Amino acid sequence: MRYSGFRVLSQGLLGNRGWRPAWRKPAPKPAYDVLIIGGGGHGLSTAYYLAKNHGITNVAVLEKGGLGLGNVGRNTTIVRANYFLPGNSEFYSHSLKLWENLERELNYNVMHSQRGLINLFHSDGQRDAFARRGNAMLAQGDDAVLLDRDGVRKLLPYLDFEQTRFPIYGGLYHPRGGTARHDAVAWGYARAADQRGVDLIENCEVTGIDIEQGRMIGVQTTRGPIRAKQVAIVVAGRSSQVAAMAGMRLPIESHILQAFVTEGLKPCIDHVVSFGMGHFYISQSDKGGLVFGGDLDFYASYAARGNLPMVEHVMEAGMTLMPMIGRARVLRSWGGIMDMSPDGSPIIDKAPVDGLFINCGWNYGGFKAVPASGWCLAHLMATGAPHQVARRFRLDRFATGHLLDEEGTGSQHNLH
Amino acid sequence: MRITCPCCGTRDRREFTYYGSDDYLNRPEADAPPQAWDDYLHNRDNPAGQTRDLWYHDPCGTWIKVTRDTVTHAIHACEPVAAEGR
Repeated sequence: MRYSGFRVLSQGLLGNRGWRPAWRKPAPKPAYDVLIIGGGGHGLSTAYYLAKNHGITNVAVLEKGGLGLGNVGRNTTIVRANYFLPGNSEFYSHSLKLWENLERELNYNVMHSQRGLINLFHSDGQRDAFARRGNAMLAQGDDAVLLDRDGVRKLLPYLDFEQTRFPIYGGLYHPRGGTARHDAVAWGYARAADQRGVDLIENCEVTGIDIEQGRMIGVQTTRGPIRAKQVAIVVAGRSSQVAAMAGMRLPIESHILQAFVTEGLKPCIDHVVSFGMGHFYISQSDKGGLVFGGDLDFYASYAARGNLPMVEHVMEAGMTLMPMIGRARVLRSWGGIMDMSPDGSPIIDKAPVDGLFINCGWNYGGFKAVPASGWCLAHLMATGAPHQVARRFRLDRFATGHLLDEEGTGSQHNLH
Repeated sequence: MRITCPCCGTRDRREFTYYGSDDYLNRPEADAPPQAWDDYLHNRDNPAGQTRDLWYHDPCGTWIKVTRDTVTHAIHACEPVAAEGR
């Protein structure tokens, strides 16, 4: 069923009795050509692009719970392409271009809103660094505008420009950055993959990975064994556990990252604003809630909830930057389980086992990568060669020293 | 989360800095192969459940090996790293 304005209208007139479930609920077949472990954003987009770009449709996505209930439904929904390093820059640029056509591509409203993103800077040195980053973005073919203080004031008049600790010198404006409806991205990819013949199998937890003489032969699940010669692990915060089933020990440490939403307010924050020095960023959802977050709690955790010191820190940073939000009431907060790599960049690569692939290490930046991550993993699985824009996301780069340290803080687990 | 410093007693988590898994206590010999250094620096068991990791108590400078649960945030034991003669 194609969705359209006409169908919404006609269904409205006919009592909405004609809607069908957006995807099937098939029982697992005994064997597939490809298995994707993990029914989140990255897994679903991988399945979709395997079918769409490469004609590989005998594919199953195995999800231990329900589709899209992990990090893809628990993030702060920011979509941007403002990276600096070669290796990251072209990848996120590719991803943003896929985002810009995603609704037409999937026939699904993902509410992609390019409202513009502003990264604030607070010193001359930071201005130089941001000018350089902006130039890298322009050289990549994306958009960036270096704003001075008055330029920021025009866009964001409500900031406290006179704060003593981090006076605002200006900002790097990325007009094509913005937000999207996170759940809709998972649902849109799920529906589109299902329409191309992919089996989406929910409540199917992988309990073992079967390897024979160094080759993949299939997996054990709570719904029985499933055979496949190609298997991809796309499970974000749980990467270490699933990879351990294949005898791998990953360069990943899972950390907690908290986020917060206030009660719904009238539109007041029109952009995504990022206050790096205070570890604070904020946007306003279409429903009206202020969605904001900070930095990691900075210790290994699978608790899916954080501790109070970081809550206090984020609130303080928010009040420092924009005192006007002080009377908004926080509705809820939560924590996501981030698969942190030592250098803060992701991994899309073949595993040492023949036929096994790994997509992990998305740190706190996985949401905007959903389209390109699936695109590139599908390319790697179908052709055997890494996609041009993801060729540096190698699993062995920590051993070989070809790091992708976007922050420039070092390749160590407690630094990203 | 509150952590017990062997010198100062139970203190607020904010007084401590997390360093990482206790893999850091198993430093390879200088002539160990590169793979051993990669394991030491980067690769982790990353357990969901009981883990042992290293924390630094900023006010008194004690390195502590903390046994804790990564799912519940419960702290089971805190021992000074120095007790192991390192």
